[in-house]
Amino acid sequence: MEELLQHLINGLSLGSIYALIALGYTMVYGILQMINFAHSEVYMMGAFFAYYTAKYLNLSSSPGFGSLAIVLVVTMVLCSLLGLAIEKFAYRPLRKAPKLNVLITAIGVSLFLQYFAQLVFGADPKVFPTLIEEQTLFTIAGAPIKSFDVTILVVSLVSMGVLHFLVYHTKLGKAMRAVSHNASVASILGINVSRVIAYTFIIGSSLAGIGAILVGIKYQKIEPMMGTMIGLKAFVAAVLGGIGSIAGAVTGGLILGISEILVVVYGSSQYRDALAFLILIFILLVKPAGMFGKNRIEKV
Amino acid sequence: MRALKNPLIAALVVLIVASALGLLTNSYIQLIVLFLFVNSIMGMSLNLVNGYTGQFSLGHAGFVAVGAYFTAVMTTKFPVPDGLAGLPYFILISLGSGLLAGAFGYIVGLPSLRLKGDYLAIVTLGFGEIIRVSLNNAPYLGGALGISSIPSMPEVDLGGFVVSNYITSLLFAIFWSVVCFFVIWRLLKSSHGRCFLSVREDEIAAEAMGINTTKAKIQAFVVSSFFAGIAGALYAHFTNYVSPASFTFLMSIDAVIMVVLGGMGSMSGVLTSALIITVLPEILRSLKDYTGGVDLRMIIYSLALILIMILRPKGLFGDKEINLNWRKNVGSST
Repeated sequence: MEELLQHLINGLSLGSIYALIALGYTMVYGILQMINFAHSEVYMMGAFFAYYTAKYLNLSSSPGFGSLAIVLVVTMVLCSLLGLAIEKFAYRPLRKAPKLNVLITAIGVSLFLQYFAQLVFGADPKVFPTLIEEQTLFTIAGAPIKSFDVTILVVSLVSMGVLHFLVYHTKLGKAMRAVSHNASVASILGINVSRVIAYTFIIGSSLAGIGAILVGIKYQKIEPMMGTMIGLKAFVAAVLGGIGSIAGAVTGGLILGISEILVVVYGSSQYRDALAFLILIFILLVKPAGMFGKNRIEKV
Repeated sequence: MRALKNPLIAALVVLIVASALGLLTNSYIQLIVLFLFVNSIMGMSLNLVNGYTGQFSLGHAGFVAVGAYFTAVMTTKFPVPDGLAGLPYFILISLGSGLLAGAFGYIVGLPSLRLKGDYLAIVTLGFGEIIRVSLNNAPYLGGALGISSIPSMPEVDLGGFVVSNYITSLLFAIFWSVVCFFVIWRLLKSSHGRCFLSVREDEIAAEAMGINTTKAKIQAFVVSSFFAGIAGALYAHFTNYVSPASFTFLMSIDAVIMVVLGGMGSMSGVLTSALIITVLPEILRSLKDYTGGVDLRMIIYSLALILIMILRPKGLFGDKEINLNWRKNVGSST
């Protein structure tokens, strides 16, 4: 029982990290109908931004919520700038191009960032600085609750709350929803579509930055290739929940995180990465729109 | 020069020049020449799916791996059957590699080709990775170490004149390249090929015209995987060693670059970019000392992908071919 609870908490914190990254995929897809392959690389760069911020401000000597907040803010700003640059230089010139071209560009951007990071930061893994001290805060039914997991859950819950407020209770959010519903009608009604797209990239990229810091805190190892796998899994989470749906991305992330931990514990860790693909193939064959997605009828 | 327009004579000239180049220089150049053909087959076969049928596959390396491992297992773990020594044996083995890869293509294609665009890319990427991870975890196939000492092509003794195994390898590679080229070329001129093209141009319209689009996509995918398997067989013979680390995502990207750079839907474009893809890493190899061991090639490839998509979305050649006279010759041969 204690063990199961422990695994569930582990799965929950892993799942909320997936959910944060999946939100970036799902928001961009909702507005541009494209999979932003470079999103996982924004996440990876976020980890390095956080690493260098903590290193140069010497924050690991004074771990705590103050240091965490500074790193979070700096990383979010840098990630947003990166996301904005990707949108402006790679995707915007292709706004009217066929989907396949956008897809190839996205893969190109992703590969470029991966190898650029290897060139600049070095290919070997780095140890992420301690921003939160590892300690057991309290126990529930005999299961120790670690400070890491609490931090991850609190930070991701707060970010999802802010996102929810932004999308459903502000003017910007209304504009985003309008553009995702029908971009041309929205632009006729006076919404600046390009600006809404830019804001979407800013929000998605800062969420990826938050996810990167949380992964750094929990697993303490960062490297230029870290984005590929987690990006794929977050994408699977987004598809599982129904791509384009914000609630779907969160649910999908949590389901994927918990089931992955359970497979590792009760099955074999070798199937850990295969699980995501199996879920993806299954979902696409059975219910391609995902749990919360709506089926769109293709019209000529 | 007029004689060069005949494909057979042109192929012979290329063969003579290539073998002269290979014979006169060292084994390093010889291997690059052989790999030019392996990459060409890989590029041409992926072009059938990505270029002509308009489906974006990112898992080509998986099928190359299937072919390479079939050849590796058959040549190292089973004895040569009686009366089947020499070239026929190698051709039979490579044919088997192709067929097995084709069967894999059918199994993978059946569920995944119902998907479109981005989803298909992700699923094929996933299948490619699953094939690699399963190879990694299969003790019979050598696990992560792979299989070594795969035999090279044999030397052939023509009554006192010994043909070196480089020449037989080259002939073998040229043979399969020519087969691959003409199968795909003729296929595209057939009604099946026209179906592929119509699926690429507009899937809904194609379906309205009574084309079974899923069937067309699967046909293209199976033929493409067949030749990917052949490329794998050649790879195994030429390097004498296969391991899961050889068939990563980067190999699939190599194939994709060949198609995108050359022009989606142009055979000569793919062949040209196969030449670039084969030679460029060798030129960049010397730069590795300055970059701390990081492969500059991928940075160049990725920038090339982005820039081509923005500046010249149809690739260097678009859907044009280099030599229109050649095309006429082939076209009138039936």
